[in-house]
Amino acid sequence: MLEALNLECVRGERRLFAGVGFRLEGGEMLYLQGRNGSGKTSMLRMLCGLTQPASGEIRWRDRPIGKLGDDFRAELCYLGHLNAIKEELTPLENLLASARLAEDALDEDAALDALEMVGLRGREDLACRYLSQGQKRRVALARLVHERRALWVLDEPYVALDTAAVELVAGLIGAHLQRGGLAVLTTHQTVEVRAGAVRELRLG
Amino acid sequence: MFALIRAVVGRDLRLAMRRQADIVSALFFFIIVVSLFPLGIGPEPDLLRKLAPGVLWVAALLATMLSLPRLFADDHRDGTLEQLALAPQPLGLVVLGKVLAHWLVSGLPLALLAPVLGIQFDLDADALWVLTGALLIGTPALSGIGAIGAALTLGVRGGGVLLSLLVLPLYIPVLIFGAGAVDATVTGMGAQAHLSLLGALALGGLFFAPWATAAALRIALE
Repeated sequence: MLEALNLECVRGERRLFAGVGFRLEGGEMLYLQGRNGSGKTSMLRMLCGLTQPASGEIRWRDRPIGKLGDDFRAELCYLGHLNAIKEELTPLENLLASARLAEDALDEDAALDALEMVGLRGREDLACRYLSQGQKRRVALARLVHERRALWVLDEPYVALDTAAVELVAGLIGAHLQRGGLAVLTTHQTVEVRAGAVRELRLG
Repeated sequence: MFALIRAVVGRDLRLAMRRQADIVSALFFFIIVVSLFPLGIGPEPDLLRKLAPGVLWVAALLATMLSLPRLFADDHRDGTLEQLALAPQPLGLVVLGKVLAHWLVSGLPLALLAPVLGIQFDLDADALWVLTGALLIGTPALSGIGAIGAALTLGVRGGGVLLSLLVLPLYIPVLIFGAGAVDATVTGMGAQAHLSLLGALALGGLFFAPWATAAALRIALE
């Protein structure tokens, strides 16, 4: 389903990687590994279409993602290392707003349910500015609870989370793979995902 | 399509309501700059009437400029902009939503305040109506054109000054026709022609600016 052919990444004058390729089918997960600065985040941004590769091509369902455009983005869920939550809004408002902007149908009950799952029940009406780093990350990850898009691209999803939350996210990813979804993620932690086939790719 | 625009406008308005200081400070800037002129020039009704359109419009341009740097900067900093760029809809529509929200919190209040400030310049009722109308028609163009500049200077250090240098020259047509409309009313020639041209500028701006802005944002996100 997702295929990367001969990708090359150049940042500034430096070539971070070249000739990288992989193919990922439904139910499979790809761990991107590599030291800091090896181009993991650049790779993820390329997979989303945010950055253009210096050469090479990314294909989704056998068609280049540049040509698919909105059709590809409708199947993509990207979670960057920035949380993409608004400090002034409450977790509930953040979740509903991001769903609306991504054109996902998410009603208030489902959003509350997602917040409960990530352990933020009782904080849903508190502006995010008052939350801790880990709690903010949980707000961002609450999106995944009801996310049914086929491709998840997650940049360091486990950062700032405690062990219980890491387990929870691993469980969400596992359930996603079981539904036949794909996931690409970077992490420096070894976390076991108990479903789907896990593949690894080391950059640099 | 409209659902997305509505979602963006709704979110931005809610954020603006939580940060009212930004809106209020731009409005106070407008009030103070406009009010300084009658105080500095002195009580000469003829001269004030002649200066009024230009002063009010220049102050409106500057007040609009104040809120522009933050149009995309906050979204860029917290990662929301990436999410918006990945929405399964053209980025131009998202930008259009943000431009509309920006106009609602900056242009619209300016237009509604202007007639009150115009009294200080001894403008008659007709001129005050035209002034309000011209600002209502012209300020969307300011928000639209400003968005291009805000996107081009996104992430640039000292972007605020660069933004003014980029955007203010582009505001000149709006200034000329906007101030011209009020001037024409004061001197007794109808404002129709000026207002039509202003309307054309606003429509053109709102139509083309989102796409130019979207292209600039994609570059900024790379």
